[in-house]
This record gives sequence, C-alpha cells and structure tokens, in this order.
Amino acid sequence: MGAPLLEVENLKVHFETEDGLVKAVDGISYTVDRGQTLGIVGESGSGKSVSSLTVMGLTRSRNARISGTVRFNGKDLLGASEEDMRSIRGNDIAMIFQDPLSSLHPFYKVGAQIAEGVRAHRDVSKAQAWDRAVEMLSLVGIPEPRKRADAYPHEFSGGMRQRAMIAMALANDPKLLIADEPTTALDVTVQAQILELIERLQSEFDTAVVVITHDLGVVAEMADEISVMYAGRIVEKADTDTIFAAPEHPYTWGLLSSIPRLDASRDEELVPIPGRPPSLINLPGGCSFHPRCPYVREAHKKVDPKLEPVAGNPGHQSACLLDSSVRRKLWSELRTGVKPDEARADVMAAEEKAV
Amino acid sequence: MAAYIARRLLWVVFLLFTITCITFVIFSVLPSGDPAVARAGRSPSPQLVEVIRVQLGLDKSKPEQFINYIGDILPFVGGNGIYLGFSYQNNTDVLPEILERLPVTIFLATGAVILWLSIGIPLGVLSAVKTGSALDRIAMGIALLFISAPVYFFGLVALYLFDDQIGIWPILPGNSAYGEADSLLGKAEALIMPWCVLAAAFAAIYARFLRGNLIDTLQEDYIRTARAKGLSERRVIFRHGVRAAITPIVTLLGLDIGILLGGAILTETVFNIPGIGRYAFNAITVSDLPVIQGTVLFGAFFIVMMSLIVDILYAFIDPRVRY
Repeated sequence: MGAPLLEVENLKVHFETEDGLVKAVDGISYTVDRGQTLGIVGESGSGKSVSSLTVMGLTRSRNARISGTVRFNGKDLLGASEEDMRSIRGNDIAMIFQDPLSSLHPFYKVGAQIAEGVRAHRDVSKAQAWDRAVEMLSLVGIPEPRKRADAYPHEFSGGMRQRAMIAMALANDPKLLIADEPTTALDVTVQAQILELIERLQSEFDTAVVVITHDLGVVAEMADEISVMYAGRIVEKADTDTIFAAPEHPYTWGLLSSIPRLDASRDEELVPIPGRPPSLINLPGGCSFHPRCPYVREAHKKVDPKLEPVAGNPGHQSACLLDSSVRRKLWSELRTGVKPDEARADVMAAEEKAV
Repeated sequence: MAAYIARRLLWVVFLLFTITCITFVIFSVLPSGDPAVARAGRSPSPQLVEVIRVQLGLDKSKPEQFINYIGDILPFVGGNGIYLGFSYQNNTDVLPEILERLPVTIFLATGAVILWLSIGIPLGVLSAVKTGSALDRIAMGIALLFISAPVYFFGLVALYLFDDQIGIWPILPGNSAYGEADSLLGKAEALIMPWCVLAAAFAAIYARFLRGNLIDTLQEDYIRTARAKGLSERRVIFRHGVRAAITPIVTLLGLDIGILLGGAILTETVFNIPGIGRYAFNAITVSDLPVIQGTVLFGAFFIVMMSLIVDILYAFIDPRVRY
C-alpha cells in the first residue's frame, strides 16, 4: 500500500501572545490515504482549523511556533519553501471554507476566480482556463454553467456559492481536499446536497478528503475514519462505525448525546456537554477534559492521558484514564438513554466500592 | 440608472439653493464689514457711502436683496443671465472672474492630485504589507506630522526654506512666482512648491487610510481563498487585496477633487497664486458678498457633482452596487 498521502506527526502549533502561549494544536498525529476520507471533529477552538491551515502552510501569524512533521506524498511540507508550498496549494492540496460568500472575492466573476486558480498552476490560455471553469461549474451541478460563470458571487445562492467553491478547489484535480466546516453556513437541506456532491466528486476524482466539522452528523455518512479533537489534541480516533457504535471517550459520548437521533424516542432530551472549552493558555492540569467530565476522579486531575489503543481493537485509540471496562459499561448505559449522572452512579459507585 | 441620475440632479439643484440661502444668511446675520464702506475708499464722506449703498442695492431690505441675488444666479428670471451677481468691489460680473481663475486652480489641483496619489498609494500598500516594520513606522510617523501641520504653517516653512528670494536654500520659485511666470514651464515650476505643500497632507491621509483598509482587507476570507489557490503573494496583495481596499479611496478622492476645484484657499493665499481660492479670500477681506456667494456656490457645485460622479463610478467599480 505504500506511504500514506498525508502524514501528520506530532504537529504542534503554538502562538505566542501577550497573555501567554496559546497551544492551539498540541501534538496531533494522523494519516490520510489516497481516496480516503478523514473526519476531524471538535468544538470551536479545539484546533481543528488551525491544524489544517498549517498543513496548507497558511498559518501566517508571525507569532506562530510550528513543530512536528507534515509529509505529503513523502515530501516534508513544514520545511518546504514558500514557492514550493505555493505550487502545492490549490494544485495538490485544495481547501474549501465555511462561509462561501466571504470566501469568494466580491469584485470578480465566479468563472474568473476559478480560471485564475487554473492559470496559477497550468500553462493554459485565458480561454482554456475559462472553459475549465465552466466545465467544473457544470460538474458541481450548477445549471447553465457558461452563463453562471459570468455572474458575481453575490448573484449566487448560498448553496450555489459553496458549489462554486468546490468547483474552484477541484479545478486542478487535487490529490487532497480539505473541507473546513463546508456546510456550517448552509441550510440543512442544502447541507446534505453539498455533502453528497463532495462524496460523488471524491469517488470520481479519487481525491482524499479531510472534513473538519463540529457536527458528527456531517462526517457520519462520508468519513472512513474520525479523529475527535479536544483542546488541541486528538482524544479519540477510530473508524467511523466504531466512533458511533463503541466510542471510548467521555467527550465523544458528550458529542453523540448532544445530536438528535432518529432512532430515539421523540421526548428524549438531548444532553449538552456542561461547561465550556478550556483556555488554551492555561489548560487544566491532568486530563484537559476533566473539568467537564462527569466521570472524573481525583487522579485524573494530575495524570495527562496518552492516546492509546483500546483493548481488542488496535485501530481504535482513546486518551482516557478510565479503565476500558468501566468505559464500556458507561457507554452501554448511556446509549440506552441513561443520563450521565445516573450512569456514573450505576457503574462507578460499584466500581469505587470494589476499590 | 438614468432615473437615478435625474433624481440626483434634482437634489443638486435643491442643495445649491439651500447653500445659497445659508451663505446669504450667514453674511447678513453675522457681523462683517460694511461693503459700502469698503468700496468707498479711505476716509469717505457719509454721503458717498450712502450713494454707494444705493448703487449696490444695499439700502433695500434683506429679503429684497436676496430675491435680487437669486435673479442674478438664475437664468431667465432676473434678466441678467447667470453671472452670479456683480462684485461690490471690482465692478465686474462674478462668473467671468471665476472662470478666468479656474484654469489656475485646475492646474494646481491636478498636479497635487497626481503627486499625492503617486506617493500615498504605494506608501499605504507598503506599510500595510510590512505592518510594524521600520518602514511602516517611519512612514506613518511622517504621515502624522504632515496631517497635523496646517498648510499655512507648512507652506510658510517651505517658503522659508526653499524660496528663491528669501529661502535658506534658494532653489525654487516661491511666492507670487505663478503670476510672474510667462511660459507654461515657468508656471509649472512656480507650482512645484505649492503642489508639494498641498499634496503632503493629502498623501499622508491617503497612505494612512489605504494602509488601514488594506490591513483589514488582508484578513478577509477571500484573501485566504486566494492564497489557498496557490496564487503568488504579489497577486494576492494587488489583485485581491488592493483591488478591494482601494475602492473607498475613490470616494475620498472624488470629494477632495471637488473641494480643491472650488479653490485651495490656504495654498493659493500662502503662495499668492491667482486661483479661485485667492479670489474668495480677497472677497472675504473686503466683504464682497456676491463674490463670496459666487465662489461658495461654485465650490459647492463641484463637490456635489463629484459626489454624484463617484456614486455613478461605484456601480462600475463594485459589482454589488446597482441603482
């Protein structure tokens, strides 16, 4: 199978600020293979966007301290020259963003913006680049593409704009597409269409995709593998089925309980995760999730959990200090609709007595 | 678009009428010298002043004076044609006097505009791209100095330093040189110092304004998109950044040109350039109401017309704007 397409190893992105060192990304590792889809899930401020912008070489703040390795097709990206990165951006690795209106230039026609990206990497005439733009617009399902290429972004609807962004991103047939919250700014009905479109084009172009989202629902359908990020670190990673069926981190449980499910009864209440994401300057000691974790124990406030394989499934890793057997019992209670506090009482009280 | 322009032009007429009223009221209500006395020369007899008062129509009631003046500025109504009234001081129609001075003012304004744009814009872009660098700090420090120094101070300093008759380094023709020069080249040479003095403050304002705008623009999502497409940094900054950041400059420039065409009063006075501004200044010193009215109206006309032109231009610059 050879080396993975994208290999991120122990990536750290810290920002020096007047208030202190912001550890936006604090040692994450993941790999993406050709044609594969990785979902990166987490709350705002968990470092998911910063990490992918860093992969693109777009973390431009002068106060950023970046370490670790990012290899794309075997080539080191963090050490690459700006010129090398420029030739990779938009060509081998493309990116789409959350808000398609603000991400498109208001003064240029949509076709021109796509053609510009083509001409940045291919030695083609303006007319050829324009034709490619029209072709891409038609591919992403925009009706009358030749006419629409001649329109400005504000003349498009939200969903159409995101389609145009996707057309722009895929115009150079990239090997990797990073989609940063691609559907967050869109209507629910349009969200599904956009996700379907990304999936369809992915199989057509054999592109690897990294989807960054705060919404597990977005990645449920399309991702092969999911990494859950919290406070700059990956706290759980597994294939998608495992994340939904047998998650082993309390934060993932929280995320799952806070989205509505079709198979749950209608009067079942959603359970939000209490508290707020921690300050990335003063992370809580020990497990950084401990202030919000319903199952916290005294020892968890001192020991920093490592991302370790879960017993019985080497592809499934979790950074939780709870014993694997306890986690499984807790999850089996939670999935039947038991509230976290009750689950804690049921499972852990017995456990604590035994200790 | 045509309906929009027609509507705007109606507003222009209304606005100019309002400005006329306001100028007249200010002149009538606020204390100013008696035009008849100013006209009568040194130690005039009361009888002479009275005669002049009657000649100039100043013996009539204020409303009557105003209606007479309106007759002077409106075609067909007063029967005098549009001459913007008759100067108390010079026995001449005002409009021909203004038009005679207009080329001088246009010459002064054009040179200054070209100068300040070619300094202000590159400096603004450089400072924005290299925010916090030594170049940025020095440029913005000097800009602040130029903005803070009024033209009448800065102009006098320039004369003190460079005037070819009184300057420490007598290298440039200075005060009154424009009127004395007889060739176009000589006139241009005479304007070098005024151009620089006039352009300094504007260049500083434009540089600071563009810098701030561009810094904000470079934070926009579409700049991130442009970089993500793999465009060269040069293209990102100019095609995507400056293109968006420079549009508000058009508004600023339009209004500034309008203001300058109405006469750069301070610059023209300091350097004794026979333009509209100097004409207006002289009129103020001798309470010559028709000339003051005329120059104010003329200046106002340029300003409202330029703002109309700017608004129309905007529809071409920014595709989101439609009328």
